[in-house]
Amino acid sequence: MDNFRHFDLRSAALFLLLAVLAVIPLFGDIFYTRLMTRIMIYAMAALSLDLILGYGGMVSLGHAAFLGVGAYTVGILSLWGVQSAFLSWPLAMLVSMLMALVIGAISLRVSGVSFIMITLAFAQMLYYCFISLKGYGGSDGMTLPVRSSLAGLLDISRHGSFYYLVLCILLLIFFAAHRLVHSRFGMVVQGIRDNERRMLALGFPAFRYKLVCFVLAAGVAGLAGALMANQNLYVGPALMHWKQSAEILVMVILGGMRSLAGPVLGAMALLIAEEALSSYTEHWMIILGPLLVIVVLFGRKGIYGMLKRSR
Amino acid sequence: MLTGALLEVQGLEKSFGAIMACARLSLSIMPGEMHAIIGPNGAGKSTLVALIAGELRPDAGVIRFSGKEITALSVHKRSRLGLARSFQITSIFQGFTVLDNVALAIQARSGHSFRFWQNARQIAALREPAFSMLEQVGLTGRAQAVAAELSYGEQRQLEIAMALAVKPKLLLLDEPMAGMGAEESEQLTALLLSLKGKQTLVLVEHDMDAVFSLADRISVLVYGRMIAVGTPDVIRSLPEVRKAYLGDEEMEGACSRID
Repeated sequence: MDNFRHFDLRSAALFLLLAVLAVIPLFGDIFYTRLMTRIMIYAMAALSLDLILGYGGMVSLGHAAFLGVGAYTVGILSLWGVQSAFLSWPLAMLVSMLMALVIGAISLRVSGVSFIMITLAFAQMLYYCFISLKGYGGSDGMTLPVRSSLAGLLDISRHGSFYYLVLCILLLIFFAAHRLVHSRFGMVVQGIRDNERRMLALGFPAFRYKLVCFVLAAGVAGLAGALMANQNLYVGPALMHWKQSAEILVMVILGGMRSLAGPVLGAMALLIAEEALSSYTEHWMIILGPLLVIVVLFGRKGIYGMLKRSR
Repeated sequence: MLTGALLEVQGLEKSFGAIMACARLSLSIMPGEMHAIIGPNGAGKSTLVALIAGELRPDAGVIRFSGKEITALSVHKRSRLGLARSFQITSIFQGFTVLDNVALAIQARSGHSFRFWQNARQIAALREPAFSMLEQVGLTGRAQAVAAELSYGEQRQLEIAMALAVKPKLLLLDEPMAGMGAEESEQLTALLLSLKGKQTLVLVEHDMDAVFSLADRISVLVYGRMIAVGTPDVIRSLPEVRKAYLGDEEMEGACSRID
């Protein structure tokens, strides 16, 4: 949806996808409604990672930490009796962003492999930190009694309502991200990705822009985490394990970096493939692994990139 | 020491291990002056550029820019003060269009860029000055081309356009003619000549035609030392300059180089 005017294969695929997403709960099959809700939440997380990975050129292997922090914020508040989504979801974003501010301020001083390792290390630190929080379930995690309340505006304990709320939030985030990447800020971030030395020479304080980008992405991931907690009525440390970060990374690469639709398609493709293959065999990774290798080797711009070429 | 200098470098030293790339070097650039720095390969020209731009920190010495000491200032802060540079190895944003490249440079001097909503490509205050900058360097025909698709000469022009677009007080051009053909060099020389008196310029260059037709003063750098400073006529006639750098009577021939 980088250019709304051209009706090409990409736009066609995206409109079809949107149409399908709009009607799924109408079939009344809770399994698919829940599966697609989960996919859309992961799509948000993947999209937020692409803001720093694809647009900002920062390869983070700790993005799930913000997902986990967002989820735990909602979980812990719920345990304290705070059920209002209007309070707990923005707080989930805020806590994630504060965490990103600290992690980013340290890890963005380096780049490349060092950056990957530091983000990974921070995420694993948080993972073990939450495992040791026995009051909040430790390694077992904790279950939430109810989904967040929306002050009587919408009852999201019904899967269909929750589905549509998540869809709306995804569309909002997509739109906001679209504005962001084409804004002055977006241009600066992409400029830094392509040529940081030149950006400094032009007078841009690159570090500050990268940090803000990192923090904004963490905010979106935190919101995805808050939704995840509601989706599963459960929060556990596994949500911030590095495997989770890697999975989100795979979604972005599979779908296509440097686009906003790519991560959404990647989340969808990966989770549906997982779901489909795991119903045949528990060793589904044996099939999915090579498939990933093929997509990455032959379609270096991912699924979304391939759509353009085969026009 | 000259008073009223825009850029003033005093006793600058920088060594890499046993190699003295910059030895007690002093330099004054007056406002409006076009000052060329010449010297053979390995003379320390690139080190000097990096020291002035702020990419390297000197071991000793002081750099002042428009009355302010900037010796310890970071690259982007120096740039904000009005000290812009171009790069010897073309340093443009390959994936952006030509116009995007220059607009980004304009954006750099248009306040902070923590603006998240408005489409940057639709802001007239960025696009129009960018376009007129392209007019100045003769690249308007290629405004919508992706920078990576430009010819080498055009990329060099874009490089200069971006450095000029930030409207610097002092422009530091690091071998702007490097790799250019004779015709392209002449075009660029003409462009820089049109800025004479209006733009303070430090030009590090091997193309002697360009240097002698542009420079008000020339500094000669050999093994990290400034061996001579003077007007082109003075520099041309100095025997030690001929010996150290220009080599023999036939200047142009001796100054071509491969690297």
